[in-house]
Amino acid sequence: MSKGRYGDFGGQYIPETLMNEIHKLEEAYEHYKNDPDFVAELDRLNREYAGRPSLLYYAEKMTRDLGGAKIYFKREDLNHTGSHKINNVLGQCLLAKKMGKTRIIAETGAGQHGVAAATAAALMDLECEIFMGKEDTIRQALNVYRMELLGAKVHPVTSGTMTLKDAVNEAMRDWTNRVDDTLYVLGSVMGPHPFPMIVRDFQSVISKEAREQILEKEGKLPTAVMACVGGGSNAMGMFYNFINDKDVRLIGCEAAGRGVDTGETAATIATGTLGIFHGMKSLFCQNEYGQIAPVYSISAGLDYPGIGPEHAYLHSIGRAEYVPVTDDEAVNAFEYIARTEGIICAIESAHAVAHLMKIAPTMKKDDIIICCLSGRGDKDVAAIARYRGIDLHE
Amino acid sequence: MNRIENAFKNKKAFIGFLTAGDPSYEASYENIMALIRAGADMVEIGIPFSDPIAEGPVIQGADVRALKAGMTTDKAFELAAKVRSQTDIPLVFMTYVNPVYKYGYDRFFAKCAEIGVDGLICPDLPFEEKNEADGAAKAHGVALISMIAPTSEQRIKSIAESANGFLYIVSSMGVTGVRSEIKTDLKSIMESVRKYAKVPAAIGFGISNPEQAKKMSELSDGVIVGSAIVRLVEKYGEGAPEEIYKFVKSLKEVI
Repeated sequence: MSKGRYGDFGGQYIPETLMNEIHKLEEAYEHYKNDPDFVAELDRLNREYAGRPSLLYYAEKMTRDLGGAKIYFKREDLNHTGSHKINNVLGQCLLAKKMGKTRIIAETGAGQHGVAAATAAALMDLECEIFMGKEDTIRQALNVYRMELLGAKVHPVTSGTMTLKDAVNEAMRDWTNRVDDTLYVLGSVMGPHPFPMIVRDFQSVISKEAREQILEKEGKLPTAVMACVGGGSNAMGMFYNFINDKDVRLIGCEAAGRGVDTGETAATIATGTLGIFHGMKSLFCQNEYGQIAPVYSISAGLDYPGIGPEHAYLHSIGRAEYVPVTDDEAVNAFEYIARTEGIICAIESAHAVAHLMKIAPTMKKDDIIICCLSGRGDKDVAAIARYRGIDLHE
Repeated sequence: MNRIENAFKNKKAFIGFLTAGDPSYEASYENIMALIRAGADMVEIGIPFSDPIAEGPVIQGADVRALKAGMTTDKAFELAAKVRSQTDIPLVFMTYVNPVYKYGYDRFFAKCAEIGVDGLICPDLPFEEKNEADGAAKAHGVALISMIAPTSEQRIKSIAESANGFLYIVSSMGVTGVRSEIKTDLKSIMESVRKYAKVPAAIGFGISNPEQAKKMSELSDGVIVGSAIVRLVEKYGEGAPEEIYKFVKSLKEVI
């Protein structure tokens, strides 16, 4: 069995044309992750450019209102570019520079990863091309323009369902055409090894900080940490440094769309089956013949038909729990946290907030929950208005 | 002698590709039969996949049409069995690993053996991962065909030494599709391949005219033509068999 396995999940199921390149990437990463200069430079970028460490905010009003566990938010929405995606792109783009690459490509769903990648590329003088499902370029028009402002070229992808999975397909096709000068900066803990590992490592700064911050504030570990899950990068980042703390519950919140029984869903753990796609063995929404199913969620960042292999593994061994959250629940949570805490979070993050609203009241007052607010919600305001039947005349 | 070996015996092999069910079950059968009448030495039958990451727009289009028309893995087996009843040339499937994995490796290869499909080309099952399927393939006497790319370099040795059936040499970077020019140094790749492989090697990706086919066949043991044939299906619809026959004959004659 090949490298990059989490139990039986993971692997490197990609065309031969890319194999040497991902071996080179793994080699470069294994070298630079221990290189003091690389580590120092990334640390400097994280602090001085991205604004890390991100705040661990005690949501006192929500805690009082929900009447149960003490609620903290890990404020990745306050990072430069407005989401956790910056953590990964700074690391990968720095790695691309070290590898002598002059161009990066990336897929994006909601546009957050695309914006982050375009930002890092602008900063580090890398040519940048972003693949985005045409459907998503419409849902997230503002982010398309942001990427263009940052100097990136955005390719609307018109194949398949014209959403995130098709953007990944197109980015992979582009990469097979041009590996010499290009690094595919994958946005989530998915794809062939070493991507799930690299992205997890760069995102694990979230739980590294959160663990220190909560110990400092509360003198004890949280009862539960939670995050939304599409491919699963902010969740993996939020979980990672708590995995060995056996008493800390890890809760991933999947996008159920209109409901797990409706067929219009993106809840992979709830409805998916074992398969091999996009370079990895994991769980996927698919039919009996292994054709990948069209998925749906109000959130362009979560409507992916698979999940990162390490999540599939944590699920299989019972270490992490995964729960489905519908569009309706997420939109309610989006509005609730805005009114209660004065935070407009991403619709993706609102999936985690929705589940938090369900479980916090059932927990004791000395329980602590840390919920990752993976991104800010400016990009979603128009879509939420549409959902409520309001035309904003943009 | 097995059928794949036979296809390369004393001649350069012409391998033609068509997607099962494109644009319908019956039409794809007629197109495959035209390919065989024109002198193809082997037919590569594509089982359509929803997300064919190694394909360019032409074969992506075929996959979309075929899936829309209701093609499934079971129906592709049915189609291959119908073709097998008419010919003795080798038939191989081309599809992505997920449909095979989902069908069950053992069940898939058992079915191939039962109906007389000689091999499987699986572009997203590289050398590092092929062991999980190879046992079942070997147990049923079906060749799991390996690919070598312009970037393979030092990997050629291990891939070539363990190759079954024939080696698929990818002519160019990128995805499948018609190319005006093939720039890869195939001569030196073929030299390494010859050094290590015990099976024949055919070149595919981008071959679309007699001139390219001739050149590629001189370098190797055969040529694989896909997108240039599938394009005719897209363009001519019901009239495709006649066009496929003429086109394939023109290539077959020069190799």
